[in-house]
Amino acid sequence: MNIVVCVKQVPDTATERKLRPDDKTLDRDAVDGVVNELDEYAVEEALRLKEAHGGEVTVLTMGPAKATETIRKALAMGADKAVHLSDDALHGSDALSTSYAMAQALKKIGFDLVILGSESTDARTGVLAAMLAERLGAPQLTLARKVEVNGSAIAIERITDYGYDKVEATLPAVVSVVEKINEPRYPSFKGIMAAKKKPVEALGIADASVDASAVGLAAAYSEVAEFAAAPPRAAGTIVKDEGDGGVKAADFLASKKFI
Amino acid sequence: MSEILVLVEHVDGEIKKVTLELLTLARTLGEPSAVWAGPGCGDAAKAKLAEYGADKIYVADSDEVVNYVVAPKAELLARLVADKSPAAVLVASTIEGKEVAGRLAVKTDSGVITDAVGLGEGFVADQSIFGGGVNVRSRVTKGTPIVAVRPNSTAPVAAAGAGAEEKVEVAPSEAARAAKIVERVKEEKGARPELTEAAIVVSGGRGVGSAENFAIIEKLADSLGAAVGASRAATDAKWYPHQFQVGQTGKTVSPQLYIAAGISGAIQHRAGMQTSKTIIVVNKDPEAPIFEIADFGVVGDLFQVVPQLTEEIEKRK
Repeated sequence: MNIVVCVKQVPDTATERKLRPDDKTLDRDAVDGVVNELDEYAVEEALRLKEAHGGEVTVLTMGPAKATETIRKALAMGADKAVHLSDDALHGSDALSTSYAMAQALKKIGFDLVILGSESTDARTGVLAAMLAERLGAPQLTLARKVEVNGSAIAIERITDYGYDKVEATLPAVVSVVEKINEPRYPSFKGIMAAKKKPVEALGIADASVDASAVGLAAAYSEVAEFAAAPPRAAGTIVKDEGDGGVKAADFLASKKFI
Repeated sequence: MSEILVLVEHVDGEIKKVTLELLTLARTLGEPSAVWAGPGCGDAAKAKLAEYGADKIYVADSDEVVNYVVAPKAELLARLVADKSPAAVLVASTIEGKEVAGRLAVKTDSGVITDAVGLGEGFVADQSIFGGGVNVRSRVTKGTPIVAVRPNSTAPVAAAGAGAEEKVEVAPSEAARAAKIVERVKEEKGARPELTEAAIVVSGGRGVGSAENFAIIEKLADSLGAAVGASRAATDAKWYPHQFQVGQTGKTVSPQLYIAAGISGAIQHRAGMQTSKTIIVVNKDPEAPIFEIADFGVVGDLFQVVPQLTEEIEKRK
């Protein structure tokens, strides 16, 4: 089974993230990049499926040169090879053009199964997997908390507000996984060393048949009109519990008409 | 005034509150038309949609629309966008609502904005990003604006609309029938409201200390008719089920009132609740960062303060 797992480098959520004043995109230079946490579950799931069914795991990432660090992490976990879609023209791409460029790259790579994390911790739109399914004409098996493959049949448990749906489809398919579908492994020393020798193919937009005019900031389908640091919340009232903390909290709730 | 499509969220024929919020919002910007995907749009449901301002109700009364993952709903909306040329399409910014919005955006070659917490003239959307640290105003610049709006972004207000029903015949394409839902499994979660929709959320964190102790969080929640949430520390420790995790990698909530007990307020947690309107904090550590965003905070032992608060609420009912 040919599995492609999509990973994204995102700013560490523990650091302060900012938008660039000039083009209102995320300032990726100012912060440490890490693997999008939810993508680690996707890598792990891909490796487990490979271990159970055979095949190959390819990592696909789209992002600047710096994103190589993220690729190495996924390779160190055990993925076989990687494709790095990178081009200056891609800077500032929104979800629509990102999904277009990724879909083009996926068509070039070929796949039985595409696996992603359910969202990124920076943009948090949660739409990429659905958009890829739409663009690739592949079944959308998103928000999976469990994935089972049997020959060309695939079944998932898709989380919902009320519990979960059991969903069935036929490969090739697009899967997104939620946190806690598995426990992502830590790269071993051996894995880290091996990752350095694994092939990373650089893919420019022309190589992936991506139309340059359809990606990047200029092609975005929406614009940030304005942005500002959130004003600090007005300082609240903080009291020390002197045995009546619960009563005082109730008084506050009453003053706000909650009770 | 121009037509605005609002995708109705419903479970077992019951309309979810977020839909009434979207209708309320849509009324300020145009004439809302409700879109009902699937069976179950009974007279009571239609009356409710009209009560909150739906001028038209498009009903695609077919199992086919709901028996496959997301794609048929996006097809239905894409067809209505083509036929009716609405000024915008609003969906709830729930995990599924966002996926519908995403596919619709691809189908109609239109821009999409997710996680809006407000929407104004020209469909300019307010968003709160990076864990609540930055406020952004965005707008769609191509195609039909598609905006996913978070639950609790506005208070639903009734104002009657005509509520004229228009049936829509649908037959999802083969591509839209690729991922079949073969069974829906409802997991027991009692009478509490759904976490992302609840007007009040009471959450417990590391300070709660054990699964058993979550009973005091649940009691406070029940006294307020609230949903229960948990920080990642609590769900990682398996004290509370993972689907109730509020935070960066869990659910995002934006309730009228959020009560955080025994939660320090790491960015991981704040990202999921910082747009709550009123925040109450109980924590024994006066240095806990969660106090920075509290409207009211009690520095004290949650095992003393929370039961006392619950008792006091019951007393004052």
